[in-house]
Amino acid sequence: MSLPNKLIAILVTLAVSQTGFVLVSQAQSVGLGTPISESQLTDFDQIAGPDGSGLPAGSGTALQGQAVFETQCAVCHALGGEGSSAATVLVGGDMHSEGTPLRTVGSYWPYASTLFDYIRRAMPATAPKSLSDVEVYQVTAYVLYLNGIIDQYKLLNSDSLTEIDMPNKDGFIDFSQTQ
Amino acid sequence: MTDKELETAAGNGLINRRHLLGLGLAGMGAAVANSALAADASMRLEIPAWSKTPGPGVSDYGGRSSYAGQFQRMSGAPNPTYPGGGASRSPLQHLQGTITPNGLHFERHHAGVPDIDPSQHKLVINGLVRQPLVFSYEDLLKYPMVSKIYFLECSGNSGALWGANGADAPDGTAQSIHGLVSCAEWTGIPLSTLLDESGVEPEARWIAAVGADAASMGRSIPLDRAMDDVLVALYQNGEPVRPEQGYPMRLLVPGCEGNISVKWLTQVKLTREPSHFRDETSKYTDTQPDRLSRQFTFPMGTKSLITTPSGQMTLNRPGLYQITGIAWSGRGSIRRVEVSADGGQTWADALLDDQHSHKALARFRIPWRWSGGSAILQSRATDSQGNIQPTRTGLINEVGLLGRYHFHGIQSWGVNSAGEVRNVFA
Repeated sequence: MSLPNKLIAILVTLAVSQTGFVLVSQAQSVGLGTPISESQLTDFDQIAGPDGSGLPAGSGTALQGQAVFETQCAVCHALGGEGSSAATVLVGGDMHSEGTPLRTVGSYWPYASTLFDYIRRAMPATAPKSLSDVEVYQVTAYVLYLNGIIDQYKLLNSDSLTEIDMPNKDGFIDFSQTQ
Repeated sequence: MTDKELETAAGNGLINRRHLLGLGLAGMGAAVANSALAADASMRLEIPAWSKTPGPGVSDYGGRSSYAGQFQRMSGAPNPTYPGGGASRSPLQHLQGTITPNGLHFERHHAGVPDIDPSQHKLVINGLVRQPLVFSYEDLLKYPMVSKIYFLECSGNSGALWGANGADAPDGTAQSIHGLVSCAEWTGIPLSTLLDESGVEPEARWIAAVGADAASMGRSIPLDRAMDDVLVALYQNGEPVRPEQGYPMRLLVPGCEGNISVKWLTQVKLTREPSHFRDETSKYTDTQPDRLSRQFTFPMGTKSLITTPSGQMTLNRPGLYQITGIAWSGRGSIRRVEVSADGGQTWADALLDDQHSHKALARFRIPWRWSGGSAILQSRATDSQGNIQPTRTGLINEVGLLGRYHFHGIQSWGVNSAGEVRNVFA
């Protein structure tokens, strides 16, 4: 919004503040949002996408991630990622196996960025957002290693993570426009 | 009017819906008296005790009569590997009309309910916009709002009816099988208003919506849908959105799987591509028989179910009953609901309270005379786009059994000669 429009909106707001409600024509905006810059949002915006957007600085390998995984993750996911329930299994499966396929990070997830994004924001389930960005890279690498997708020395960072081909990357159809 | 004058509308006792209206209603009462109840000469009505003593006065917050039943939401056992995660289900068979009381609205959480101080909560719009903006709760309360009645349904609702490996139909109630659907009046700000103020850049195609819960649950939504009828909802049935529904604010995406109506909304980011969050890749995707998985399957299917009589109820004696239930479609309003008492061989049109319930629940009713024999009760909805609710078998034949979301096939309630009502596959 341009500055003059913002001022107009504020004046409109003040004029009707006793009702707590802003009356505007359809052509005008209310304009009560406070401008902010992306640089002010770097700690707040943690969305990491497949194109690498939002992946932070830092790096890690599976070799480094094993200790973090065994301390922070194995209580639910088990030492080898085999999980303690259908909801916590991280490894194995084949989308073209007989019967209902086991859908895991390795067999199902189309993008490695999703793994980083989810661990960073939602894991460990008892203390989300408690891992450092470096630890998230390390654990992401370890889970990919447990699935045989990378070796234990592969260094994951914001560039290399986006280059990983997940086994089921071509297994999805975008239905968002098929309504 | 005698029992015999009630016009049959379909097999196994279904009666024309017109008998629920006007003259027909009186006729139905007469029919009940004729067929089911005999006069009781010993009955004497007296003034009851509560009409002789003043009751308690006003109260700060009302509650249900202690005589009105103890029904409540039904939830599973807590899962230690999933703290705060889980779902609770609405007691559909105990509710009437179409609005779900706020305390009974179904829940689905991915990391529990955050205890949000609204004075500290922020809604950020950033990404592909001319000017990123941050809104406070107080800011948003001053915006022009709209009030709309919409259903919400979890895409995992009714999932038990997919069945497993030829297993028998699982025993259950309308609540335990179908209780992940509810309906409320939502009041809020069109998301398009706030996006317009940030100025969406031409290359933006999607939004990423993120909640302030411990999982920072996120979902991607195409920009064209986000600019359509999506609300930032601040009120639910007239009061501030309940904590378990997203206080102080939630996204409300009408007609679509509940998960994308992100609760505790704190960020909307404009992007070129979807963000491919965990809950739109690993979960909430639908694997087809060819092993390809459909992603972003948003609208909820055309669907209905009979809530009375329904699973685990018992019909006490042969005679007239009012069959009633709910119907909804994520693609429009409900135009028609048909009911069968013979497992789908013959159908009769049910009476709809409202044929303009756009992306909201509709209530249907039809009279039925239970003969005392076996019956299979079904309902079948048609929406304003002409979509017809499929049979369970038809749905499975179409999409297979590898996906476990978006079940919207016909529910069958079997009635045996003892009047016991059970979930059946038919």
